[in-house]
Amino acid sequence: MDSDVLIGLEVHVQITSLKTKLFCRCSCSYRENPPNTNVCPICLGLPGSLPVLNKRAIEKAVAVALALNSSISDKLLFVRKHYFYPDLPKNYQISQYDRYGLTPIATGGSVAIDVDGLNRVVRIRRINIEEDAGRIAYPEKSILGSRYALVDYNRAGIALLEIVTEPDLRTPREARVFLEKLGSILEHLEVADTSLEGAMRADANISVAGRPRVEIKNIGSPKDLEKALNYEVARQLNIVKSGGVIERETRHWIKERGITVASRVKELEGEYRYFPDPDLPPVPIGRELIEAIARSLPELPDQRARRIAKEYGVGDYMASVLVLHKKLCDHFENSSKVCGNPRLISSILINEFLRWVDEAGIDISSGIARLSTDRLCKLVQYFESGLISIKLLKEYVRIAVLEDINPEELRSKGLTTLGEESELERLVDEVLRENPKAVADSIRDPKAVNFLVGQVMKKTRGRADPKLVNEIIKRRLSEYGSK
Amino acid sequence: MLPPQCTQFSSISIKTLRERVREDSDFLFKYVEEVYRAIERYEQRLRAYITLRPISEVIDDIENLVKHGKLGPLGGALVAVKDNISTKGIRTTCGSKMLENYVPPYDATAVSRIKNSGGVVIGKTNMDEFAMGSTTENSAFYPTLNPWDYGRVPGGSSGGSAVAVAACEATVSLGSDTGGSIRLPAAYTGIVGLKPTYGLVSRYGLVAYGSSLDQIGPMGRCVEDVAIVLNVISGHDPRDSTSLRVNVENFEKYVVDYPLKRYRVVVLEEMVSEGIDEKVMKIFNSTLDVLAKRDVTVEFRKMPLLHYSLPTYYIIAMAEASSNLARFDGLRYGTRSEAEGKLWVDAYRKTRMTGFGEEVKRRILLGTYVLSEGLYEGYYLKAAKVRRLLHQEFTKLFREYDAALSPTSPTLPPRLGEAIVDPIKLYSLDINTVPINLAGLPAISVPGGFAEGLPVGIQIFGPPLSEGFLLNIAKLIESGRSG
Ligand SMILES: [Zn+2]
Repeated sequence: MDSDVLIGLEVHVQITSLKTKLFCRCSCSYRENPPNTNVCPICLGLPGSLPVLNKRAIEKAVAVALALNSSISDKLLFVRKHYFYPDLPKNYQISQYDRYGLTPIATGGSVAIDVDGLNRVVRIRRINIEEDAGRIAYPEKSILGSRYALVDYNRAGIALLEIVTEPDLRTPREARVFLEKLGSILEHLEVADTSLEGAMRADANISVAGRPRVEIKNIGSPKDLEKALNYEVARQLNIVKSGGVIERETRHWIKERGITVASRVKELEGEYRYFPDPDLPPVPIGRELIEAIARSLPELPDQRARRIAKEYGVGDYMASVLVLHKKLCDHFENSSKVCGNPRLISSILINEFLRWVDEAGIDISSGIARLSTDRLCKLVQYFESGLISIKLLKEYVRIAVLEDINPEELRSKGLTTLGEESELERLVDEVLRENPKAVADSIRDPKAVNFLVGQVMKKTRGRADPKLVNEIIKRRLSEYGSK
Repeated sequence: MLPPQCTQFSSISIKTLRERVREDSDFLFKYVEEVYRAIERYEQRLRAYITLRPISEVIDDIENLVKHGKLGPLGGALVAVKDNISTKGIRTTCGSKMLENYVPPYDATAVSRIKNSGGVVIGKTNMDEFAMGSTTENSAFYPTLNPWDYGRVPGGSSGGSAVAVAACEATVSLGSDTGGSIRLPAAYTGIVGLKPTYGLVSRYGLVAYGSSLDQIGPMGRCVEDVAIVLNVISGHDPRDSTSLRVNVENFEKYVVDYPLKRYRVVVLEEMVSEGIDEKVMKIFNSTLDVLAKRDVTVEFRKMPLLHYSLPTYYIIAMAEASSNLARFDGLRYGTRSEAEGKLWVDAYRKTRMTGFGEEVKRRILLGTYVLSEGLYEGYYLKAAKVRRLLHQEFTKLFREYDAALSPTSPTLPPRLGEAIVDPIKLYSLDINTVPINLAGLPAISVPGGFAEGLPVGIQIFGPPLSEGFLLNIAKLIESGRSG
């Protein structure tokens, strides 16, 4: 069935690395501001105000276009896209267009993704520079049941890149991986911090079993993209199975309820009345500028994956997953340098950490704060010294990410409080069982304990901490003694 | 010649004002009182102003200028500002109910330059709503009357700015010109009005009508006053991306009553043939004689493309207007009409239906139409092509000639209510002025004489940035005319 699914994405990414908005001097960091305090006559669209392009946005867009192998236009042309909506101060958006002799900043290009070992190339159709809108807030959290709506224009005018793909994605999972990869490319380029709330949003076009395509709007993260598409595939297949008709429509993803719902307002495509913005003359994009930016491009995820696989010996697939998240990859490299064992670290990060971060509903940065290099290395050390089993290690990672608890704190509560004996305790018990005489000697004479410690050290091939072994044996002996 | 509302004292020029103030420091205050006397006597009939500042505020401003020695080039001149140019703290209505109570939080660049050069804003002048009209009868508040004949219109859309100056209710004024809105009222009220090269004066703060056509320009009772104000308001402004990066000349030095070169001027036959009033033609011909006596060579040429300039102009102006006026929805500022329905679109609809006048709605509808999918190429794109051709024709023409001459208006000032009933007749008043805006050229209207006691304006236009020579030729006409 999945082979019948075609998905294309329209991704909106805020250029969060800019200091100011796209056409005025208001700050790019608006998230902490009280509503409507990060505004000026320009981004509020007051009568008589005029936009002045933040030229740094061109450099950022060119870097992205180069990273996606897109062809870059020799000039930047802005158009006005008209629609009435309360979050749009001028009731038109300054954007770009690809008809009537107009051109977006870049067209074409591609992104390669590796989905569970399967390689795919996703073609890029075009990249636009445009301005973000404000935000509508409802006193009752949703439009339903709210008597009024509030509008906050702090976000209005933030520079956005709109990146549109061809319908090359075949599964919700591929779509998620693509979006993660794109986010990672943008982070490696230092164009955007996609972990910021609302910094990367996607609209998805999905067509199932050759039926008309349905657009899903308002998707805020790669994880939600996968969820929304899974929901939509199931919904549409159900309709197809029961002989129903799928209409071409726009639906909205309702994150809280995990469903998509049909838009109440019909979106009239082709009624945007695009025309060149007379306030913004064309800006030439010189070859020299493009070449200079190309020369200073940083290491991008694909190159980084190749390097990591080689340098740390973690395997191509692991490397390709690590580079989907720049911060995760940085964390991997830092931690591997500090405490060695890159294979174990990559396995912990990919197989355990990511899962619990998802489960906790936190972003990777917050996850990393909870499983810092310090904590991660401590766990690796415990494991290597035989203090904990691989099973317990995983359990520690789970607790660290979900509950933000330091592993040392966990250990000080006693190793078995977690409902499992440690590897080391298991070994101690083994040695005690195998040496009943030495146990009896040791209960009488504490000095005789050294023999037992030596036996345990032998079993761990010297990896265990002798002091710790000593402690455990003494604890066990006192338990025997009291019986 | 001045209308009966003026006295010798109230009609004083900026230069004389500056000189007299140097001799007598109280002169400026006596002058302000004289102007307010004229206002007191005539303003109730003429209605040049929408908002007039109280004399006490104006005197405070002047005292401040005197105290800080900042009388500057404008010497305390009282500047009437068209009500579509933003003034901080003074309401800016655009002659519309929609903005009846809108008070801008910022000054237009032209206004701040006036203030910084010793000018004092005396009030905001009446205009056709959003500058759409040629008679000032489209003001949502009241029409302004022609000081030469109270039964006639003063022209528009900067009718209030023209009458304030003509009737000596201000020293000079600022108007805006999208298709003739400075020149036509200047011609009908017997004053001088200059529409600068597109980009010479910043549009920042001018409430946009047709952004690619709009220019702010000076209006005054003599060529010299206009040159002095042009000096102040022209020059590059980083807040307007269409502002030209040119070093501004001192335009005053062109205001001499001898020719600064052996001028070759051209008369385009299309501008003096169809529908031109004989009485207007008589004055125009006598002006050509005046110039011939000053060694100016006059030749006649044809430019058939001019036949297309009116439809081209109206397509472009209305398309841009429909976009520029989209922002007036009553949500963020301006008048809001509460609607019966629950949806925000209902509120928008009601606000825009009741807030805009008929002519504004007509132009928004026509503009929306020509930008619609399927019609765009036939209207807007075609108009843009004609505009480019027109630009090329003028470029060729001005390789041979220094300037061109025409009557500013084909007729004498229409009677009240005469033109406004027929949109086509109304639009054709602009027949000689719109081609200049389409090509972005500078033009000046200077009084050429009187017919039946009514002023007749002569338009002089030239290649981009030829304001200096236009002022010189205007000065030759001013000092050479008999009436
Ligand atoms: Zn702003």
